[in-house]
Amino acid sequence: MVVNCEQVWQEISNYLDDDVDVDVDLRAAMEAHFRECKRCRAVLEGTRNVIQLYGDERMIDVPLGFGHRLQRRLEDNMQSRRRRFLGWMVAAAAAVLVTGSFEIARSSVFRRPELRSEHAQAGSGLPPDMMIVVSPNGKIFHASGCPFIHDKAHVRTIVVREAIKEGYAPCVRCMKKYLRADLSSPESLADAQR
Amino acid sequence: MMPEGVTSLNKPAAQPSEDLLIRHIQDGEHEVFYELIRPYERCVYRTAFAILRNEADAEDVAQEAMLKAFKNIGQFRGESRFSTWLIQITVNEARMWRRKEHAHLMEPIVNREGVEGNYVPRDFADWREIPSETLERKEIRDKLAEALESLGHIYRDVFVLRDMQHLSIEESARALGVSAASVKTRLLRARLMLRDLLAPGLGGNWSTRLPFAKGTKPW
Repeated sequence: MVVNCEQVWQEISNYLDDDVDVDVDLRAAMEAHFRECKRCRAVLEGTRNVIQLYGDERMIDVPLGFGHRLQRRLEDNMQSRRRRFLGWMVAAAAAVLVTGSFEIARSSVFRRPELRSEHAQAGSGLPPDMMIVVSPNGKIFHASGCPFIHDKAHVRTIVVREAIKEGYAPCVRCMKKYLRADLSSPESLADAQR
Repeated sequence: MMPEGVTSLNKPAAQPSEDLLIRHIQDGEHEVFYELIRPYERCVYRTAFAILRNEADAEDVAQEAMLKAFKNIGQFRGESRFSTWLIQITVNEARMWRRKEHAHLMEPIVNREGVEGNYVPRDFADWREIPSETLERKEIRDKLAEALESLGHIYRDVFVLRDMQHLSIEESARALGVSAASVKTRLLRARLMLRDLLAPGLGGNWSTRLPFAKGTKPW
């Protein structure tokens, strides 16, 4: 097997790496060529020098204090991860507490009654012992003279506390003044300030 | 046998405690992570620097790569050496950084053409002796760095992994996401181009740019 300069150049890297691409025959042929060809010998030695020079770790200086700075960065990161983890734990615990209390509230006597009307808002500025009227098929409780009472023939008179417990909502017209006094919701607070 | 002064990524990996450390970290003992990466921190920095050619960028990228390794250590399954995995993360980080920070910069003009076609050496100057003390001289190191910088990215990345970080052809291929055949072709060209740039004599930038008399070797 005989190889020319160009074939040698294309395999010179694999030759230097002892790569399987250069089999025994090719290697022998290349070695024979190097003995004869000064130019290819120069290319071989030069390439070997390149590999040796760049492979030396002195080629690139590592800056002073690099390891220390790296260690500090890792520690900072781990600490913030721990803090984040603790934060999540606290948040999760809080969520469990909130859900827990909600469930307790739902199942307890303190449970807020479900409103008969989905559009209504429960009034909380109302005097609980005030007498009002409700009708069995209505959703709203009224002052007895209110012109908006539904099914006037069958109204019964109860106190506000009971009406709320039964899910009735205050009439926005006749109970207006009490609703305006309700400072528990942001809207009514804004109204009151106006 | 590797020449003196060469960092081998094989050495630390040979320690049996490395697998144990990795298992401890995966089990939540995060404090020992630095102990695991300490043997490789310099390799990681050098890899980043060889790709980015800037100290501040290289340090940032090296730190980011280590943080990423820490974050993803749970995914390390020991299919490759830990050092290879770490270098792979570093290469990816450095390449992302290069794309992000230097998108406006052009690829080096020298040898930007594709890998097709055979590379023909341009310089046949005899360059046999190479005293290793040469590297003690900063102007030589700068010259080598300058030559490396003038290579296109695809050649430089392969050369950095294979000849500077001593990864195998297969490991370099995996780290760069290219075939082993591509690594070999690019490596051949990178080595020959660097030789052309550095070998004193006609056509080499070396003799014309260094303050040495034309045609003479700096060593």
